[in-house]
Parts: sequence; C-alpha cells; structure tokens
Amino acid sequence: METAPAYHLILEGILILWIIRLLFSKTYKLPETYKLTEKEKEDLIEEWQPEPLVPPVSKEHPAITYDVVTGPPSHKIIINGKECVNFASFNFLGLLDNERVKEKALASLKKYGVGTCGPRGFYGTFDVHLELESRLAAFMKTEEAIIYSYGFATIASAIPAYSKRGDIIFVDEAACFSIQKGLQASRSFIKYFKHNDMEDLERLLKEQELEDQKNPRKARVTRKFIVVEGLYMNTSDVCPLPDLVKLKYKYKVRIFLEESLSFGVLGEHGKGVTEHFGVNMDDIDLISANMENAVASIGGFCCGRSFVIDHQRLSGQGYCFSASLPPMLAAAAIEALNIMEEDPDIFTVLRKKCEHVYSALQGIPSLKVVGVSFAPALHLQLERGSGSRVTDLQRLRSVVDYCLDRNVALTVARYLEKEERFLPPPRLQA
Amino acid sequence: MDALLVQLMPQQVILSNNCTNNIQTRIHKHRSQTEALLRPFHGASSVVTSSNHGGFYNRPFLESYEETPMLVAVLTYMGYGVLTVFGYLRDFLRHWKIEKCHIAREREEQKDFVPLYQDFENFYTRNLYMRIRDNWNRPICSVPGAKMDLMERVSHDYNWTFEHTGRVVKDVINLGSYNYLGFAENTGVCADAAAEVAMTYGVGLASTRQEIGNLDKHEEMEKLVAEFLGVESAMVFGMGFATNSMNIPALSGKGCLILSDELNHASLVLGARLSCSTVRVFKHNNMQSLEKLLREAIVHGQPRTHRPWKKILIVVEGIYSMEGSIVRLPEIVALKKRYRAYLYLDEAHSIGALGRRGRGVVDYFGLDPGDVDVLMGTFTKSFGAAGGYIAGRKELIDFLRSNSHSAVYATSMSPPVVEQIITSMKCIMGEDGTTIGSDRVRQLEENTVYFRKKLREMGFIIYGNNDSPVVPMMLYMPAKIGAFGREMLKRNIGVVVVGFPATPIIESRARFCISAAHSKDMLDRALSAIGEVGDLLQLKYSRHRQPASSARPFDHLYEDIDG
Repeated sequence: METAPAYHLILEGILILWIIRLLFSKTYKLPETYKLTEKEKEDLIEEWQPEPLVPPVSKEHPAITYDVVTGPPSHKIIINGKECVNFASFNFLGLLDNERVKEKALASLKKYGVGTCGPRGFYGTFDVHLELESRLAAFMKTEEAIIYSYGFATIASAIPAYSKRGDIIFVDEAACFSIQKGLQASRSFIKYFKHNDMEDLERLLKEQELEDQKNPRKARVTRKFIVVEGLYMNTSDVCPLPDLVKLKYKYKVRIFLEESLSFGVLGEHGKGVTEHFGVNMDDIDLISANMENAVASIGGFCCGRSFVIDHQRLSGQGYCFSASLPPMLAAAAIEALNIMEEDPDIFTVLRKKCEHVYSALQGIPSLKVVGVSFAPALHLQLERGSGSRVTDLQRLRSVVDYCLDRNVALTVARYLEKEERFLPPPRLQA
Repeated sequence: MDALLVQLMPQQVILSNNCTNNIQTRIHKHRSQTEALLRPFHGASSVVTSSNHGGFYNRPFLESYEETPMLVAVLTYMGYGVLTVFGYLRDFLRHWKIEKCHIAREREEQKDFVPLYQDFENFYTRNLYMRIRDNWNRPICSVPGAKMDLMERVSHDYNWTFEHTGRVVKDVINLGSYNYLGFAENTGVCADAAAEVAMTYGVGLASTRQEIGNLDKHEEMEKLVAEFLGVESAMVFGMGFATNSMNIPALSGKGCLILSDELNHASLVLGARLSCSTVRVFKHNNMQSLEKLLREAIVHGQPRTHRPWKKILIVVEGIYSMEGSIVRLPEIVALKKRYRAYLYLDEAHSIGALGRRGRGVVDYFGLDPGDVDVLMGTFTKSFGAAGGYIAGRKELIDFLRSNSHSAVYATSMSPPVVEQIITSMKCIMGEDGTTIGSDRVRQLEENTVYFRKKLREMGFIIYGNNDSPVVPMMLYMPAKIGAFGREMLKRNIGVVVVGFPATPIIESRARFCISAAHSKDMLDRALSAIGEVGDLLQLKYSRHRQPASSARPFDHLYEDIDG
C-alpha cells in the first residue's frame, strides 16, 4: 500500500468535516410560497374590484372647456366670438399670418399632398425635408440639422438618445416639461441645480469630481451632460451661457441647449442665445429648438456637429418610429427662414416692442412682472399669493376674463400640477 | 405546448384554401431562434391555422407563420458570422489607419471628455448597416401615392456619403408607404379643402390646446372622429407617437399593471415606461399567456407587498406592422370582461384599413366599440394626414382634456391637416355624397386578398393574417436584404426591407403595404418583378406551394362574411 502524501490526507480530512457540517446544519428554507387552491383563486378573482379607469373630473375644472377660437390666429384673434388683440400666442415674429409663408405652403400642398404616409426611413423623406435641414444647418452655422415632426418630442427624444442608465445629467430646476420627460425616459441620474445659479452648479460638479476620483474606472465611462434652456419658458429669463461654457471645459461636461423660445428672437440675426452672448457655436454640443414659436410652423429640430446629430438618425425615437413632418409645414418653415434671413431688422423691432411692453407693465398694483426686459413672453404673477393655488388661479382667471371683455387676450399659464417637479406659482402669460 | 392548445380548443374547424392535403391545425410560433434550430426538419410543418373558439369569431381567422427551414437558419447564422469577422477586421484596419476612416470624429478640444458613444454600441451600425444603407431613407419628390418619383442617389464610397445626381426616377410603384386607402393625393376634394383652409387659417398655431390653440375646426374634427368610431367623444393630438407616450402615463401610474404584447410599438413601450407602472409582457397574440398573467396578477397582487392592483391595463395593437398579424380582439374582450381589466387598443395601422365600413379592427370583428375602453389610432396611415386620436367614454376624454401632457404643453394641430382629416373621414363615411370611401375600402380588401394569394402561390413565405394589408415576406439572410431592395429598385418598384433590430436577428423581411390606389395592373407588374427577383435570389422557401386555383378568387370568402 502506498502512503499518500500528507497534504492529501489533510485535504480529505477537511472535506469530510465539511460534509458532516453540511449534514447537520439547519437547512435554509425559502419563504413559504403558499399554494392556493383553485377555489381560493377563483374567489380572489371574483372579489377584486379595480379603480375606475379615470377619476371623475369636476365640472368646474378650468381645463375642461377650452376657449374656442374661430378664424385665423394672428395679431387679432376671435375668441368665443369676441375679437381681441392677441397677447397669448407665441407668435413672436408675426409670421402666422404672413402671405408669403401661406403661398409657399399652398404650393407645397399642391405638389405633395398633405401627409407623408411613412417614417423617414421608409419613403417618408422628401426633398423639402432635406432642404430644410441644410438650410437650418447653414442658418445656425453648424454641420448638420435633423427635423422632428412635433416640437414636444424633439428634446424628449434627443436626450435619451445620448444619455443612458448610469450617466449623469445636471439640469436647471426651471426646465420645461418636455425636458423633464426626456430625462425620465433616459433613466440617468438627474441632479437639479437652482435656477440660473452657477455656484450651485459648480458645487454639484465639484462633488461629482470627487466621486470620480474615488472610482476612476467608472468615471471613464460615465457621460455627463448639462441641459439648459436659452430663454426659460417658466421664468422668462436667459441662462448665463459664457459661464456655462467655462464650466464645461473645466469639468468636462457636455452642454445641451434648448432654444425653443430664443430661436428667432435673441441675437442680431435671430440665431438665438449663442449669438446674443457671442459664444462660439462649436462649444455647444447640441442645440434643440422647436419651430412652433417664432418660426410659426410645426415641428422641431436639433443642430450641431455631424458627430453628434447623426446618431439621432438611428436612435432618436421620435425620429425613427414616427411619420415625418408634412411637407407643407416644412415648406412654410423654409419660407419663414427666408424672411428671417432677408430682414434682420425684425429682431430689433421685436426687442424694442418687448422693452416697451415690459416698462409699461411695471407698476401694476399687486401684479409682478417676471422675466427679462427683452423676453417676448412675460409672466405676470400675483405679488401676494393667498396660499391656495385654486383661489389664486380663480383670481387670475377673473383678470383674464376682465381683459377679454376689453378685447385683450391673455391666458393663465397652464401646468400639470401633479406631474411637474418644481411647480411654478400661478401666473398669467403674455 | 401543442397538447395544451389542442386541449383548450375543442371545436377546431379545419378550413383550407382549396388545398387537398391533410393540413394539421397546430399553431406554430417560432419566436426563438433555438426553437427553430432544434425542431427537426419535417416536411409538412403546419401552415394555416384557424380557430373557432367557442363561437367568438363569426368569420374565419386565418393566419400563418411558417417555420424557418433549418438549412436557411444555419446559412443565416453563418452569414452573420462572416460579416462579424469582417467587421472586426475593418475596425482593426481603421484603428491602425490602414483604411481611410469615414466616420465623424469628436472635436480636438473635447478629446479628453468621456466618449459620447461606446465603440461596441455602434459595431452593428458601422459594419453591417452601412453596407446596405442605400435601401433606407430614399428621398422622394412627389406625392407618396401608388406611384412616386424617387431622387436618384449614388455613393462613391460604399454608402458613407450620398450624392444626388439630380435625376429623378419616375413612376416607381410604391409598395412601402402607409397609404392604405389612397388618400395621399394632391388633387381632389381633400386637397382642395385643405388648401382653402391653409389660406384662411394659416399653417401654424403657436399655442397649446388649453391656452389659445383650440380652433373651432378642432372641435368639429373631434366630434366627427367620435361619430366615425361609434363612441361618445374623442380627443386629437398632433403626433401619433406622442399620443401614446403622453397619454398612457396619464391613464396608469404607480400601483397599476400594464400587460403589453411582446411586439408592441416603440411608442407604447415608451408610454408604459414613462408611466412608472409595472409592465409585464405576454407572448404575441397568445391568449393563454395573457390569461395566465391576468390570473396571476389578480391572485397574487403587487410584487412583494401583495396589495391588490389599482387597475390592470391590457395594451395591444390592431395590426402589428412587422408581423402583419391582427389582434384576437373577441377573445381579449371576453378576457377583459371576465377579469375586469381595461383595454387600450392602438389602431395605428388598422383604422380605415380593416372592416367592411373601414372603421378598424372593431368593425372587422363586428364588436361593440363600447367594449374597448380606450381606442387610439393615428391619422397618418389611412387618412393621409398626421396626428393621433384617443376615443372612448366622455369621462375618459374629459379627464384627458385636463390631464394629458399634450393638451397642456404641446402645440395643437395645424389647420390644413385638420381639414384633410375632416374631408377624408367624411369621404370614408360616405357623408360627402359619393361612394368613393366605400369603394376604396372594398378595393383594398380585394387587393390584399389577391396579393397575398399570389405570393403564396409563388412559393414565398408570408407572415400574418390573410386580411391584413401589411404583407411581410421573409428574406432571412443578411445579404439578401440589400440585394432584394436594390433589385426591386432596378425594376422600378420601391419596397421596404427590415432587418435587425426591428426584427429578430435571423428573421429579416421585406414588407409590402397594399393600397387601395394600386390597380390590378400595378399589382401584377409588382408580382412578376417579385417573382423574378425571388428566382434570382432563391427566396421561394415555402414548402407548401399551393397550386394556382382556377376558381374565381373571392367566391368562398364572400359566402362567410355576414350580410
């Protein structure tokens, strides 16, 4: 008989001891998944009562009955049968009623019909779309632009195309609802900084830097973005873009700029907040805007370098899985761009009018003007809120009705109360 | 699984289309690739399935999903393997600068930022998609009707960049646009009405529905939509995709359960995700799977806490655009009533395209529209416009008017588009005094049946229900995707080909969308071209070639439809 080497015996001894331990230790029982009998299951099914599909809405809810507009919405608008001066649409350059735009749209309708009957990938790309994209890119002096058929969906599809689970996004608190939906769809970490407060943002960025140093491997693959708006819809002021660009290079984060209200409004030639501040366009990674305000068409676009924009052509959900913009509306947008390029004076006119209205609205008792002086959309807020949102809204609604009686159209700014993250106080929008 | 199904369907009725062989009526679904490989190769794998579950259906429900032949599956995998190897080789060459790199690059100043895209994410795009990219995004410069004009494009660097030569390829037969009833036209009543409205109302609106963007035209349109569908009221939104993604979150929230079909559209998936409800997926069109999930959900309640669910929402589509299948609506309605769930039906492709009066899948099955809780659809496909709607009870619509994201934050629909919808809907309903609408509905039905029958006779594998105007034809191999698209274009026919990731990786297909505007002559021309290309590329995989019947094609069908 051979003698086994010592380590063999020791190993086998340990194994035997282990087996004995396993045999005698308490068994780990999984939590009892109770088995129900068929009859019990049937009873449960019979008893279950779901909630009604929708909760009942009271008849006095202000949003059930809409004000009905008859006739074209331009500077004078007929609401509920009364003709009023229109202070409520976002028709900043007055292009809603422009004859040239309408002629071009009509010509396009005669050539292409109304709808496109397909998404961009499947015979839904028309030559007008390609033309509009190249015109927008040329206007904004970027490499490429991409068009969406719905303004809300533009930024809400753009953000999730780049930022995925695990990435970090720094957002201003006053971001509009479509940005919030984009953030929610992207499943990234969201960090809010106080509105227009660069110190707060820098504090958050510094914290993130410390985190990164602790875990450099993870930091190498975590993308970071800052999402800001040029002219905020909720507060009507501008973001401090030069400071943001400085922070971008210092902390290596990318900037996404949402210019729905400032495109066609700010800047010498209407190119938006980058022109207003004189910031180089290449410093901003992505500019997104909708064409429903100044450009008076429908839809939205994103522009930037090809490296960034081309990715959306395959992964922007609102682009790939949705029908393209009707060619008539694209033609209207091209004509609006033509008008904007030919006549840069309209921007100065607009700015003068904004300043005029702003100074005229100062000093109204118990109503405070919120916004910068050159913003075309202002908010009028109650100086002293009564504490209850409902009564505030009612008071504002009575103000609106009073104005309507005197043929001036204003509107109460609408928000979805339960969904907004930081709910702005009730106000009027002009 | 087969035994279980046979057990649950005691009254199977064997229907056949003039076929004299004994066809077994088993439902074969070959979703997973492994299933396809492991199943032994046998000659008479099932094709036609019909079910008459306890009298739910008052007309034959015929759909077929023929199994992938084993040889084809193996060759397809090999094809992808070869492409992957070459992909790695090209990446290697590009990395070492041996090959010129066409890909757009990051800015110099931002080179030390975290990279925006992971290299591997784009592997498929760079190496496989780029090779056959000329089959997609083809620009057109005319009405997307039955015939269209394509702009000619050439690429000198293997599809990295395209140049337009300036020439126009005229009169290409359009089998790709979703133009089911042929309303994509630039002449005629609809176009004239839309033109008039464009001149009076303008094109844009610059305001949301709740503020000042609600025109009288919108109200008229909503009443018309409600009347068309046979429900109490309706609400309209500017974009079909956004209709789903913005309203499902309003209808269901935390503590609710959404049961959605495996193959639901991206908008439904996004809406379900944004709603923060629990989402469970059931097998495509499989009622046993759905019932099992329903029972489990009600009996066990929410996960971990076992509280009862607040509500259960079943989300299905009318016609699934990648499969061509029609939802089994009568069975789902029965299930929904039994288990007190709510039904959300997305009729994006089926509104206008199915049913004797063109009212969609509810009309096709002869059901009561009040049974479906939320009817959703889009105007892009059958009405030649853009946008989406939701219809149902008055309480539902009132709730959505005040709580939908779109009503509060998104601009309302453009007036000429609204007018197009109003005119085309009136036309389909017959309220404009002509029979154009009902003629077109009938023409579409005839075209569909004819086209599908001929393709099946030629020996191609076609998926889906016999009555659906969406006809997917299987290609399987990656090389054939590109080849099919290009060969058809050479013969002046524009088709749509789809591959991964819209379909499972070995089941790439070409998808034809039949339109009422296609004349029989156009269909015949298309069919002969498809037959030619099919022989050239060896696409006739089907093992159940049915002999061309000499009887007139529509006789037996019209016997079964209720008078």
